[in-house]
Parts: sequence; structure tokens; C-alpha cells
Amino acid sequence: MKKTQLYILALLIAALGLSAFAYKWKVLKFPVAPNEQTEIWEIQARVEFEPKKGPNKVTLQIPNNPPGYAVINENFLARDYGMSIEPGKGSRAVQWQIRRARGVQALYYRATIYRDQHEVIDAAEPKPVTAKTYEEPFATARAGLLDSVREKSVDSASFAGELVRRLHDSNPSQEVQLLTETFNSQHDTVKLAKDLLADRQIAARIIYGLELVEQDAGNTLTPFLQVWDSDQKTWRTLNAINGVEGFPENFFLWSTAQKPVLLVEDNDDATVEFTAKTSLDDALETAKERLRAKDRNLIAYSLLDLPLDAQEVYKILLLVPIGAFIMLLLRNIVGIKTFGTFMPVLIALAFNWTGVIAGFVLFVVIISLGLLVRFYMERLKLLLVPRLTAVLIVVVLLMAMVSVISHKLDQPVGLNVALFPMIILTMTIERVSVAWEERGAGYAIRQAMGSLIIASLAYLVMREPHLQHLIFVFPELLLVLFAVTLVLGRYSGYRLTELFRFRNLAKDPIAESSDKAAP
Amino acid sequence: MIGLFEVARRLRAKGLMGIGQRNAEFVLAYNQRRFYPRVDDKLITKTLALKAELPVPELYAVVREEHEIEELHEKIKDREQFVVKPAHGSGGDGILVITGRRGDKYRRSNGSFMNRDEFDHHLSNMLSGLFSLGGQPDHILVEYCVQFDPIFENVSYKGVPDIRIISFLGYPAMAMIRLPTRLSDGKANLHQGAIGVGIDIPTGLTRRGVWGTEIIKEHPDTESSIVGLQIPRWDDLLMIGAKAFELCELGYVGVDIVLDKQLGPLILELNARPGLAIQMANGNGLLNRLRKIQELEQAKQLSKDPAERVAFSKAHFPTL
Repeated sequence: MKKTQLYILALLIAALGLSAFAYKWKVLKFPVAPNEQTEIWEIQARVEFEPKKGPNKVTLQIPNNPPGYAVINENFLARDYGMSIEPGKGSRAVQWQIRRARGVQALYYRATIYRDQHEVIDAAEPKPVTAKTYEEPFATARAGLLDSVREKSVDSASFAGELVRRLHDSNPSQEVQLLTETFNSQHDTVKLAKDLLADRQIAARIIYGLELVEQDAGNTLTPFLQVWDSDQKTWRTLNAINGVEGFPENFFLWSTAQKPVLLVEDNDDATVEFTAKTSLDDALETAKERLRAKDRNLIAYSLLDLPLDAQEVYKILLLVPIGAFIMLLLRNIVGIKTFGTFMPVLIALAFNWTGVIAGFVLFVVIISLGLLVRFYMERLKLLLVPRLTAVLIVVVLLMAMVSVISHKLDQPVGLNVALFPMIILTMTIERVSVAWEERGAGYAIRQAMGSLIIASLAYLVMREPHLQHLIFVFPELLLVLFAVTLVLGRYSGYRLTELFRFRNLAKDPIAESSDKAAP
Repeated sequence: MIGLFEVARRLRAKGLMGIGQRNAEFVLAYNQRRFYPRVDDKLITKTLALKAELPVPELYAVVREEHEIEELHEKIKDREQFVVKPAHGSGGDGILVITGRRGDKYRRSNGSFMNRDEFDHHLSNMLSGLFSLGGQPDHILVEYCVQFDPIFENVSYKGVPDIRIISFLGYPAMAMIRLPTRLSDGKANLHQGAIGVGIDIPTGLTRRGVWGTEIIKEHPDTESSIVGLQIPRWDDLLMIGAKAFELCELGYVGVDIVLDKQLGPLILELNARPGLAIQMANGNGLLNRLRKIQELEQAKQLSKDPAERVAFSKAHFPTL
């Protein structure tokens, strides 16, 4: 009874529908537009090494929830190897083991990833660093190097940048030569930079990333040195080879473990190469894949997991409420008169098979021919049910005839008429003919046209590909429609046609004056 | 041409009620579903009216089964004039008015003849539910054919004019007389082309009419004035309108009454969702009057005495 109760209920239902929609759209990344494409990348790490005699153990750091990207799918290819995945602190590594191996070994890690947000944020504050003491002559070399770098820097980032450049100088200074004497991997050099920065109480960490550029092979990971900027409270990122600040575009963070990316026990010649390939994939498929990888249940309880033919049925069924809603608007707000409550929606569904123009024409043709037969039958004085059956038979025959004729005329559209719901047509013919007899031809034709116009409009709305996609992928939007329907259910304002019907009354100067009661 | 919003505003100011408002605030709120059969089935209406000592046309026969159609010819063979109507009909659909016979044929009110086969077929359609509200199988009433009061001779074409009173919680709120025209083929339904003429509740004088959406003062077929006619036995009519509430217990109801030459007012049928053209016929909105009665309801001053209710309506609901 209370309208407020209805409004609150409607509001709750709408909020429920909208939040489910927002969650699926923003968090689960379901595409809101049909045929949306997502750029996906296929990246591969290829480990190659000469095995030593006896057991071999390979540890490869692999991406762990890389910021800005989502891993849809990953697989590991290593024949005859035992494999385990070691989750570490903020990192992940795959460990391959084999007791005996011969010839050059190649192991692969493959991942399908796609970009799911554009910002890469990490603002975790580091612990304060403490400087260690070193033996001579290393202590002096370190201090000398750092002092000379200091002169050319203004803050921790430029300090680190200068340091990195010095370490990689093609013409290294004596201090650098001494410090890097025993190094044989890039990781060691970068680690040295980090340690050196620690000497000056600058917090730093090493991360490895891949620039996503289409390239067949030979890509390597780029080490980055992140330096804590205590003034701005953020990590500043430097390319650990050339000292340039900032991430490159399409940067994919591979590893944040403070360890070498590849470690093969007792084997320094092992190499790892990276390949990246891009392709465009259907956004919906990508979202589904990603959900499957994340949590099977989320997708298992949605329409997307139904068999394909069932999905096709729901694609149509879910649109029926849309059509019914259009009809609700046109009948209760505009005030168009129709035959039957939901007949226009059923006709609109039938248009699905024929298209709107052909459907309209076919509908008019079959109804008109059916009416002629029905009028003739009126003379035969048949009872109601036999009469309906007779009209139904005639309708089916008419439909067959239209199909055959249109086929002869090379108009394939007529073939689809076979799917035009014949019960609807039969009932329509009966109703039109009764209205015709009782209320006159004008009235009957007006109502029939009203039904057809609403059907066409409903069909056009239901055909909207964006709407179809939205309702199928986000069926919870029907809850919003439900809420609006509840609210409209108590709409008691004038209908548009009433305004026309009563407009003469608005011109009439005599107003209701029941206050001035007659004596 | 004034804008639609302006039209809406002015209509609102006049208290004009729309379909949506009628359904939401009056039909749904005041008419309990379980009382609907009392008005939807004319046989029940008739029984209840007789119990309440309200006048109705005499019932000659009821046809419930197909085979009873044959027997009907026998039952009514002595009657020259009668009306056949579906018990669940609405809007006058399917009603057959027989005004005479010629041999085996029946003469209809519009002058055409109907042979037995046609008559039987029509009745069989009625039984199948062709004219009933939800299409469900129906039964048929055969009853007295009203001889309408000569006062309406000049302002009605062929058919029988009837008077509709909208009664809210037993208070007659608005009234009109519906006059058949050539266009309506003798039927008294406004949407089929009959004229609606508003009646001033205090005096029973007709005020102005509406034909379609056009406001008129003369009957289009006879050109006689339709304004200033005194409805005979107006107080009796108002009492019937008021007592209809006790009869059907529907808060918002339209009461259709005909005036017979000899028998006076007779209840034809009741309607749980009466149309809104009555407002145009009166040039007045219904809402202000209904609100006035709702004020009584809120103040718990609704009267149980029909005469008191009629007095209230006569004091408050003039059509100027």
C-alpha cells in the first residue's frame, strides 16, 4: 500500500543489480561492449644449458601477480624433469630437477597475459638499511667510488643513476675494476650497485622486467634498480644498465625476488631467452579464461558456462523482458492499445527470424488472408474451438504457401516464415475478427496496427547488439529493469493518449468548483 | 495548440482522473477481488439486487449448455420482445435485442432479421465465451426488454439510452446519460459512438455532452438539444446508485440504469472499472469529488444510510 515501501524495495533491487554489474565490469573485467578486443601477449622463457654429470637443478624465477597484467594461462615444458613451484616472499620460482641428462637441455615456461590496468603502483616503504663494513682494499674502493659519484648527483635517484653508469662504463675506473673483478653475471653487478647504495643508507632493490615488444627470440630481461626516495615517499625506478629513470612502456614485471632470474646449480653458462608475441582476442573470452584461472566457481555459476545451444536460447529469452518493458512503457505511459497483453512481444520475437520489414509484411499478409477465411467461416456457423482449429490449419497452409511462392521468386525471407509462431497468428486472426464484428473495422485495424507498431519497436530495441550483449553478459541488469517496472507499476499520472483524449476539457473554461456547494 | 505539459497541468487542476490513477488509487485500493464476481456475472448481480430489493429487468431464462439453446425457443415462444446477453459480457458486446418476430425469424432492434440458425450460432458463440471478459465459457441470460421512457425519444437513435452513476463508497459521485447514435448502431457505449451527457447531481438536469472527444449541445442525428433535460425520477436513480454499494461491496463502481416507461429505473449492470469519459461528459474532473468522499472516510464520517449519502452528494457535487 505504502509507496515508500515500494520505492525502497525498488531502490534496493536496482542497487543490487547495479553493484553486481559494476563488480563484473570493473573487477572481473567483463566487456560492456560486444566484440571488444583485448590485446593479449604470449610470453615464453627458454632456458638452455649443458648438463653436468649427475643431478641437475634449475631454478627460474617466474612472474607472481605482475602489476598491470593478469596471467590467464601458464604452462611448463620440460620433458623428464621433476618440477615444483616454490612460492617465496612476493615471488615465485619454478624448480626443475633431473638425475641424469645428456645433450643441450631446453626448458620452457609459457604464460598468456593481458593488460588489465594501466598503472603500476607499489609504495611499500622499505626497512632502514644499515651499512656493512668491508675489508681493505675494497672498503677504500667503495668509499672512493661513492664519493666521486656523490659530486655528480643531487638526490638518491640521480646518485644511483650515476653509480649504475659508472659500473657499466666501457672504460671502467680502477675502483670499479677492482670491485667487479670476480663477477660473471649481470645480476652480480646490479647487486653490487644495491650494496653500494646501502653503504650510503639508500634503500634499493632489484627487479627484473620484460619490455613487451614483438620479437621472435633473444629478448632478455632488463634489470631495474628501484631506489627509495624518502622525500617523495616513493620508489624511483632506474634502468640498472644505463641508469635511465622510469619504466619503459609495455613493461612487464617478471621478478621481484632479490635473486638471479635463472640459477642452474654449478653451471654458470646457462642462458635464458625470452620471446613475446601479441594477438587480439575476444574480450569476453579473455575475461572468461582469466576467471577460470582465478576461481572456477565464478564462471561455473554463470550463463557463460552453459552449453552453447542453451546459451543461444538464453540470448533470446533474456530479451523477452526488454520487449515486455517496451510494451509496458508504450501501453501504460503512452497509452497505445494492443490486442492481448503480451502478443506484441511474441510478434517481436517472431520478427527475430524474418527481420522487421519482411516480418511486418508477412504478418499483414497472413493476417489479412486469414481474416478473409475467417469471415467466410463466420457464415458456416462453426463453434468456437473447431473454428479456431480450422483457422490454425489455414494459417499453417498459408505459411507454407508464402514460403513456396517466395522461394520461387528467389526471396529467401519467405522461408523463415515457417518459424513464425502460428498460434499467435491464429489467435490474432480470431481477435481481430471479433473486434471487427463488434466494434467495427476501424477499431480492429487500429488495435492491430498498435500491436504491430509496438512489436516492431520492441523488436528494434531487442535487436540492438549492445543491449543483447549487455543483458547476456550482465543478466543482473534485469534486476534494474525489475526495479523500474515496480516503480512504474504504481504510475498513476496521465497517459500521453489521455492528454489528447481529454484536451478539449483543458480548453473548457468551466473548472470544477465543488467547494462552492449548491444550496 | 497548447503544450502537452500545459494540458496535463490544467487537467490536473480540474481534478481529471486518468486510467492509471483510477486503477492504482481506486479500483485496486477499494475493490476487493473476491467481490468482482458480483458484478462480472450479471446473474449474480441480478440475484443480489433482488435480495436488496433493487429493481432489475425480469429474468426469463438462463442458458448454460449448448443443448438448452433448442429448449430456449420453446420457453420464449410467447414473448415478442426480449434481450439475450452473456452473463460475463462487457461493454455491451454480444447483446442481442429482439423486438419482434416474423414467422420463424427474430427481429433485432436495428430492424434486421435473424433466422433460427443465426440466432443459435450467436448463442453458441456466447456460451463458448467469445464475448466474455477472459474468454472463459459463459452462460446466457434472457430477460425483459426495456421500454424506454419517451422523454428520450428525441435524443436517441434506435437503442435504449442508459444512465450511469459512478458511486464511491456508496456516495453517487458523478452521473451521465448515454444516448445511442446512428454511429453507435443503437448501442449506448461511448467508444462505439454514443453520446455521453453529464447530469447535474443536485437537480438531475443534463448539462453538456461529449461525442468522441468533441463537446456538443445537440444530438448529431436528431439535432434536438441535449442540454437542460430533466431526468425523470432522479432521486430514485440516486438512491439506486447509493444502494449499489451495499449490494456489491465494491468501493468504486459504475452503476448502469435504464428508465422503463412503466417500471421506472431498472439496474442493467454494475461495473468494477467504469470508464472515464464521464468526466468529459460533465466537463468536470472526478478526482475532486472522490477526494471529498475520501475526506469523510478519513474523518470516519462515512454514512451507513443511503439517503444521507444521497443528500451529501446533492449538496456537494453540482455540474455547472
